[in-house]
Amino acid sequence: MIDAHLRLPRAGFTLDVSLALPERGVSALFGPSGCGKTSVLRALAGLERAAGRVALGDEVWQDDERRLFVPTHRRPLGYVIQEAALFPHLSVRQNLDYGQRRASAGAQRVALEPIVDLLGLAGLMDRRPHTLSGGERQRVAIARALATGPRLLLMDEPLAALDAARKAEVLPFLERLHEVQAVPIVYVSHALEEVARLADHLVLMRSGQVVAAGALAEVMARLDLPTARGEGAGVVLGAVVVERDAAWQLARLRVGDGTGDFDLWARDHGLPVGRPVRVRLLARDISLARSPQSGTSIGNQLHGSVEAIADDEHASLALVRVRIGGSAVVARLTRRSAHALGLAPGLPVWAQVKTVALME
Amino acid sequence: MTPDDWSAVRLTAQLAALTTALLLLVGTPLAWWLARTRSVAKPLVASVVALPLVLPPTVLGFYLLLLMGPQGPVGQLTQALGLGRLPFTFAGLVVASVLYSMPFVVQPLQQAFEAIPERVLEAASTLRAGPWDRFFSVALPLARPGLLTASVLGFAHTVGEFGVVLMIGGNIPGQTRVLSVAVYGHVEALEYADAHRLAAGMVGFAMVVLVALYLASRRLGTAPGSSEAGR
Repeated sequence: MIDAHLRLPRAGFTLDVSLALPERGVSALFGPSGCGKTSVLRALAGLERAAGRVALGDEVWQDDERRLFVPTHRRPLGYVIQEAALFPHLSVRQNLDYGQRRASAGAQRVALEPIVDLLGLAGLMDRRPHTLSGGERQRVAIARALATGPRLLLMDEPLAALDAARKAEVLPFLERLHEVQAVPIVYVSHALEEVARLADHLVLMRSGQVVAAGALAEVMARLDLPTARGEGAGVVLGAVVVERDAAWQLARLRVGDGTGDFDLWARDHGLPVGRPVRVRLLARDISLARSPQSGTSIGNQLHGSVEAIADDEHASLALVRVRIGGSAVVARLTRRSAHALGLAPGLPVWAQVKTVALME
Repeated sequence: MTPDDWSAVRLTAQLAALTTALLLLVGTPLAWWLARTRSVAKPLVASVVALPLVLPPTVLGFYLLLLMGPQGPVGQLTQALGLGRLPFTFAGLVVASVLYSMPFVVQPLQQAFEAIPERVLEAASTLRAGPWDRFFSVALPLARPGLLTASVLGFAHTVGEFGVVLMIGGNIPGQTRVLSVAVYGHVEALEYADAHRLAAGMVGFAMVVLVALYLASRRLGTAPGSSEAGR
């Protein structure tokens, strides 16, 4: 468990958060710019001095009651920020060596080759940072952090400074990192898209406070949170590829963790059967019906029951959470439709899913 | 050139080299502190360092003479320590030159240190580098152009000093008669040909140094320090 209680006065508000993050997978700190996410991350790293306590498992990094503060360079962490902050006077290889050498004093040396492979740096090792593209620099920064063999990887908007093309270039590396490396990651972002693709655990922040925290699917399915508003609103579900239909180029995905699983058809991206994936179902792409529909183009119809209804941002719209087996999806309808269907908690409905966005 | 002139050349080179070395030793930590501190004392310290830029050398020399003289606190200290008196000695010239050339070394260094982005130093600390390690493995290499400018300006400025030397060093051949004083002496004695030889030599030296510095900083400038800012 990554356990942190932090208090820090900021201009306009006081940062005051308690975090209990799992010691595996990606925990995202998500919130609007200026809500204090970065300060939390800096305080976890010891770069900023907040009042409180920080512990990673049984390793205590800060405890004001015991007057304990481990300086940043003695914390076994990796830190990646927006602008790579590579050492301009060193080559890529020397940048990677820098932390690896220092971290391996008295400890097992981290092998560089798997990290270089993971981030696709083999061809860049002798280059200087200023000759690299933004995406390449960011990959080097991530590799440099991993080369210290960190027990915790902190990432502060590592994609925010990149344009869409560069983002698309780096994201797959982050996803692979997530799969391959056992190191827990705390990932700060204000982009819901990134969070949906990478996070397992989500902490929602606003004005220095934690608004909600929990497993990604759980938090995304809550209707009372800002994540339920806006175009990106929707749920993220874990699934496994169970069948590939070569004739129609579609893949059948089994959603759920064993109880009340259901199947979805999505575009076949060439992923093998048995491969775990995550799917994102946007609220705007789901409609509801009282009975199964025939004569419709929509291939994914899921039987479930209404769990909750809430008002959306615009007065004409409603958000409806539908429980389907062990999972929940959120649909956005007009309030008129909700009224016409007589939607109420407990009512059985069919959710029609127009688009299933499959994320590796 | 007379043996006296050659001795002045040698003495000047020794003085400038020793002064530059001492200044790099003292000025680098001072510049680092000035570049990174948030202390309220910073403007005061920075002003003291910059004083020689605005004060007439004679004023500085005058007070140094008083301080280091037999009645002055520094003078009493050096006497108590058995070091004798500093005025009219080579050691006295070194002390005075260090103070007089201080801004020419500290300011370029301070600017170079200030140009290093905080995030690069923070990155070093997240890569297990402690404060000393960060200074030597990141700050100093990145401040290399500033280090070069500081050394050259410190050296050249010490070679060119006159007023302070005259006030506290006088004109003792082989001990305190540096080039600038020797030129003055030749002119006073109406030995214009001798004065020319030394003066022209100094003009040539200054030109060579400054052009070399300009070229070097242009080359260095495109490599490490500015690459971060320039993209």
